[in-house]
Amino acid sequence: MQDDSNPSARKPSEIGRRTLFTAVAAGGAVSLANALSASAQTGPAQAASREMLKPRTAPTGAPSAAAMQAETAPPPASEVFEARSGSDYMVDVIKALDLGYVATLPGSSFRGLHESLIDYGGNAKPELLTCLHEEISVAFAHGYAKIAGKPMGVFLHSVVGLQHASMAIYNAWCDRVPIVMFVGNTLDSAKRREGIEWYHTALDNGAIVRDFVKWDAQPTSLEDFNEALLRAYGLAVTQPAAPVLISVDTELQEAPIPVGKRPVPRLTLPTQPVGDPAALAKAAAMLAKAEHPVIVVDRMVRTPEGMAHLVELAETLQCPVIDKRGRLNMPSSHYLNQSENARGLIKSADVILGLELTDPWGVVNTLLDRIERVERHTAAPGVKLITLSTHDLLIHSNFQDFERYQPSDLAITGDAEATAPYLIEAVKQALPKGQQAAMQARSDKFRAAHADTRRRAYEEAAYGWDASPVTTARLCAEIWPLIKDSDWAFVGANSSFQSFWPQKLWDFDKPYQYAGGSGGAGLGYGAPAAVGAALAHREHGRLVVNIQGDGELMCAPGSLWTAVHHKIPLLTVMHNNRAYHQEMMHIQRMADRHERGVASAHIGTAIDSPFIDYSKLADSMGMWAAGPITDPNELGAALKKAIDVVKRGEPALVDVVCQPR
Amino acid sequence: MKAALTAASALAVLSLSAAATAQPPPPHAEDAVHGHQLFMADGCYQCHGTVGQGGSAAPRIAPDPLPAEAIAAYIRKPAGQMPPYSPKVLNDADIADIHAYLATIRKPDVDVGKRLGGGRN
Repeated sequence: MQDDSNPSARKPSEIGRRTLFTAVAAGGAVSLANALSASAQTGPAQAASREMLKPRTAPTGAPSAAAMQAETAPPPASEVFEARSGSDYMVDVIKALDLGYVATLPGSSFRGLHESLIDYGGNAKPELLTCLHEEISVAFAHGYAKIAGKPMGVFLHSVVGLQHASMAIYNAWCDRVPIVMFVGNTLDSAKRREGIEWYHTALDNGAIVRDFVKWDAQPTSLEDFNEALLRAYGLAVTQPAAPVLISVDTELQEAPIPVGKRPVPRLTLPTQPVGDPAALAKAAAMLAKAEHPVIVVDRMVRTPEGMAHLVELAETLQCPVIDKRGRLNMPSSHYLNQSENARGLIKSADVILGLELTDPWGVVNTLLDRIERVERHTAAPGVKLITLSTHDLLIHSNFQDFERYQPSDLAITGDAEATAPYLIEAVKQALPKGQQAAMQARSDKFRAAHADTRRRAYEEAAYGWDASPVTTARLCAEIWPLIKDSDWAFVGANSSFQSFWPQKLWDFDKPYQYAGGSGGAGLGYGAPAAVGAALAHREHGRLVVNIQGDGELMCAPGSLWTAVHHKIPLLTVMHNNRAYHQEMMHIQRMADRHERGVASAHIGTAIDSPFIDYSKLADSMGMWAAGPITDPNELGAALKKAIDVVKRGEPALVDVVCQPR
Repeated sequence: MKAALTAASALAVLSLSAAATAQPPPPHAEDAVHGHQLFMADGCYQCHGTVGQGGSAAPRIAPDPLPAEAIAAYIRKPAGQMPPYSPKVLNDADIADIHAYLATIRKPDVDVGKRLGGGRN
């Protein structure tokens, strides 16, 4: 890269405009004249400009020759070339972050940055990825970050692109996922071209999304950009993680890099927050004394080490774990994963340890969806609740994603994954001696319960086996034998829409095999997040499967194109129930409440007349596709063909007409 | 959904004694056909599945459905998250026909565990 610290190494045309801006900002005509005299530009137009910009005094007689020349000469010519602009410098800073990729739908407010990334930056580390909607760009980065363990960058067009992206940003905020976003803007009104550039400018772009980003900044110099971006990255990845936004002025992007040595970007990443040792000792004592402890975990595990620590904690206590599946926390094949028996365990628990819960109130209470919403306590009276979480470190006022307030007997602030090793040690010290028999009894009980859960799952999956539309159990049962011997991963939206059949029938034992849902339950996440996750899996050669809801796909169908365009291998299996099924149930509920019958509940909720042919949709974007499949006995063969395509490194889609859930 | 599951389980226990003493007569074919139509038209399948297999929104209700009286009682006054259906929407005869349909459903002869290659450890 070019050495920016030596002005003499720069071409003359690099100096003029930016130096001019700096001088003006520094204090007027005298500084400006000095700046101009320092410039190496000596052409007639520039000389005339200097003359015109000299402080004027009242005329005292005949104009000088220089003044005459200035008055009669043609207007100064604009500079037409510059070797490097501020956006090149921005790319240098971005490269220091190891972002890997930047997702974008192009927009003129960041054209400088876009061009610098692909040409000056060589379109590598980060590589630009083309998306067909800003909601896709952000959801794509959302899915990627949860698998890659690091953020992706996103370039957004000022105002309009950012507003398109806002729903996906909200999802990432609710899901506590880091994304580093850049939005263009033209701060100086005198530099905006007439018309559209005014529509695409905001006094404060950050205000659009400030309620659901962790931090935003609008730097006014390249040095400011440098510091803002490094600060933003560190904030984004520190738990609780969240998206951050940097507004990038178009003039800052497009003006030449100013003279002077700038600091070399150096990123300092903070450690993750760990819980107070005294509080951990207290928690350990409560857990060690408990007869029926239960661990409820939601969004804890990010790494294999985190999963291993959760397993160790559970085994040390012989304590059942209820995985709320905000992430894949506890291996589904481990006998202490008792997620399918949550109700009974919560009811009988004397101590509950909540790890990174998004909704502690909902763990021990429920609210019935009636005319009068009835509150029910689902835990035993006197149950002790311990929480270990960073949840309350990042809540804002407007959006209510923080859920209902739940008093705890011990609330420990700290990142559960980072704190787990210390909690394990505290528990080992707190456990009384001579507990082997009691521990063995617990172990035997939960092994039996786990085996029984498996047996029941197989039995339940058989019901409706030959039904058409295809049951979600059959769908998942057909997929599993085709992927289980590969290094596989399941991506996309929350699997509650498939009645959690993947978790019931497949062996999830690595944290990357599932990454939870959207966070904010905003439609449009599943398909692009699946493609983003598949991109992160690609370098590991994993076989990646997304079971994709039909209504959600149509919020972001262009995701399929991005998968094809960037050669991202991913099997998309359509869970095509031809409706916004959740909403159809809500309309039925209202119709029943009013005793009007449910005959009209399909209006506004069904996706029919015509049915959408998703295989044709995928085919139109160059993707291998099959379906719609209505006969469950045809499913296995179609899936096998599709997986062969995916194993060759391409995406594929199989459209399956399914039961609602 | 979970509340509905519990209610259904409780109902099953309560109705066991009645079921043990009086076997229901076999459903008439025409009633079952009508019941199937109602099951689809009245949206029962949205939560329970087209063959009553259940899912995350509602429990399995077939094969071997609860006695018709128990189902009717639950539909009128569900204990969990299921919305109540009034007689204006679903009369007693319709409920009986839906029950007749559910009673025709048989468990498929398939060993899912075997098909999945032993499944989990």
